[in-house]
Amino acid sequence: MRDPLLSIRDLRVRFETGDGVVRAVDGVDFDVGEGETVCLVGESGSGKTVACESITRLLPDTAAIDGAIRFDGTDLTDCSSSDLESYRGGRIGHVFQNPQDALDPVYTVGQQVVEAIRIHRDVSKATAREEAVALLDRVGIGEAEARFDDYPHQFSGGMKQRVVVAMALAPDPDLLIADEPTTALDVTIQRQVLDLLADLQAERGMALLFVTHDLGVVAEIADRVVVMYAGEVMETAGVAALFDDPAHPYTRALLACLPGRGDPFETIGGSIPDPTDPPDGCRFHPRCPHAVDDCERGHHPAPRPAGQSPETDHEVACLLYDDDHALPRELAGSDTGGGR
Amino acid sequence: MIDDPLLEVRGLEKHYPVRSGLLRRVTGHVEAVDGVSFDVREGETVGLVGESGCGKSTTATALLGLEDPTGGEVRFDGEPIADLAGDERDRFRRRAQIVFQDHNSAFDPRLTVGESVAEPLAIHGLGDAERRREIVVDTLERVGLSASDADRYPREFSGGQKQRIALARALVLDPDLLVVDEPVSALDVSVQAEVLSLLADLRDELDLAMVLVSHDLGVVRQVCDRVCVMYLGEIVERGPAQALFADPRHPYTEALLSAIPEPDPNARDDAVALAGDVPDPSNPPSGCSFHPRCHRVVAPDEFDLPQAAFRSVFDLRLAVERGDVVADEYEAPAAVREAFALPDSLGDDDAEQALAAAIEAVAAGRIDEAADRLAVFESVCERDDPALKPIERDADGAGGGNCGDGHGDGEHPAACLRTGESVER
Repeated sequence: MRDPLLSIRDLRVRFETGDGVVRAVDGVDFDVGEGETVCLVGESGSGKTVACESITRLLPDTAAIDGAIRFDGTDLTDCSSSDLESYRGGRIGHVFQNPQDALDPVYTVGQQVVEAIRIHRDVSKATAREEAVALLDRVGIGEAEARFDDYPHQFSGGMKQRVVVAMALAPDPDLLIADEPTTALDVTIQRQVLDLLADLQAERGMALLFVTHDLGVVAEIADRVVVMYAGEVMETAGVAALFDDPAHPYTRALLACLPGRGDPFETIGGSIPDPTDPPDGCRFHPRCPHAVDDCERGHHPAPRPAGQSPETDHEVACLLYDDDHALPRELAGSDTGGGR
Repeated sequence: MIDDPLLEVRGLEKHYPVRSGLLRRVTGHVEAVDGVSFDVREGETVGLVGESGCGKSTTATALLGLEDPTGGEVRFDGEPIADLAGDERDRFRRRAQIVFQDHNSAFDPRLTVGESVAEPLAIHGLGDAERRREIVVDTLERVGLSASDADRYPREFSGGQKQRIALARALVLDPDLLVVDEPVSALDVSVQAEVLSLLADLRDELDLAMVLVSHDLGVVRQVCDRVCVMYLGEIVERGPAQALFADPRHPYTEALLSAIPEPDPNARDDAVALAGDVPDPSNPPSGCSFHPRCHRVVAPDEFDLPQAAFRSVFDLRLAVERGDVVADEYEAPAAVREAFALPDSLGDDDAEQALAAAIEAVAAGRIDEAADRLAVFESVCERDDPALKPIERDADGAGGGNCGDGHGDGEHPAACLRTGESVER
């Protein structure tokens, strides 16, 4: 089997703050294969954005990054800042939540796409302009030629996000990291942007690392899903397995409070722990309906196979799945069904 | 018992002037809200749903008299709010409260939560600090926070908790009507459920009338008794929530419903795709303002075409008329068909003949000729503006209630030519 395009092992990101050390990401492993769509899911504060931004070191200097980030055979953590520049916005593209912040208001959208092309490749202005028009057209900007000289404020939110996608695509990246790209958009426009990303990904064979808090969006777009909570990975699974057979109590709780599944007013209860002082053991235990004494001790549980068939790469980090504890699968009916 | 509604909105209009040029002359109008009518009864929650720019937030602020409408009327407890003055106006302002969308900018960062929540009490003349504190603590507990939270600052709270504090501040005066603008759009899905369930509990406990504004029908489904779907300043469908979700009568409602992400990876790709953005409200489309995006746009009677094929032909026609198709854009007729997702043949001979000739003209760069040839594909939706059946009152009971569930009437009209009378012509 080929190595995955992106392979993250034991990633740890710490921030020194006035209130103490925040371990935003604490020992995270995951892979993204070539042409694969992986969704990183979690609530605010789960560390999903920090994990993504550490890949190309978009984080502020106060962040201390440890662990291995291998991209196409190179460990990015060993790269110097200048070496990293060919990856950042080059082979690894980024799309952020708020298109407003990603576009410069004083340049036309065309100039910004041209810049994105010329920063990584030595092409003439005329060629870059042609390519930029083609890209804008491809991401669904109608009359791309005519709108080339418009400024960002002349575009709606959904159109701006399309421009940002065009900029990210300009250097023909192998991996696109999209961090909540549809959260600031209307549901109708969200649908359009999701469709666009899925089409582009299929057409270019590009890998997509998609960050979201919304499992509804995950169901629409993911091949594989990584569920994060308080800086740690709780469960990794193929998208069908995650929805049909969720293993971790946290995943089940997230699914149960999703509109259209179970009880619409089901909530997880409690809130994400203080990042400067996370609980021992499994960080979800204070909110977990199935926690036993052992969950409060030691370290984060090691991931174990959770799928019913051993071939699937379905793993769960939960003590209840080891040999010494009762398998909670029998409990599954009680919390994914949405009963209280 | 049949009460008069607490809030009656009739023909509400808010047009903003568009000024341009050196002298800032008025050169046009943006019809942000254009003739909106609905009722809200005691203890009832009404949802206003639509995309950005549909006028839902303008409607919400006009309901409370925060903006003066340019037409129509809002009556609260039978009194037109525009006529209220002095004590009566103060009383209205106590009884009708709003929670704005952005909870981050809703609080003064230098005030404690207790001080922020107590502010409306002081403004409305409760001088006794001790008493104020009592009411504040009571209200905070009601929204799921604790008395000690009163002494903390807004920045110490998460998004969901700030939304609770904003609710507490709106509820501290014990209002009868609460308007909430996008209460959960900035929150995680898991926290959304908490806030929505709190809203539902508060409504039941306090017998509040609520207007909930959102772009997400999924959110509205969870708490609303009745729903008004807005598009470009108008209500296009209005009905009891259950009926509207089970049987959406306007194509726009259908599209909004299918835009909600389905939490089932096996159910991808059956969505009604809604093309494009909301049109410019200063220059709305003719006829039914939804026709440029509608997946059920009505084909001319003389042709027998599948819906999707007509939509493609129609897109080509609109593009040619708008001047979006330029002379040397396509080299061959096949390229035109591909660009507009047109089938190789339409199936209807007359239609196919007209289309083939037009495509030929496009490929040859004769755009004006193409426009002439495509003119036969005019839809009734471009000419006739469908009207929403007005709210009937005092005829026999309320409306034509067949869905009476104790909340409001069962009427469920949609402003669409397919269901309205004018489609027969």
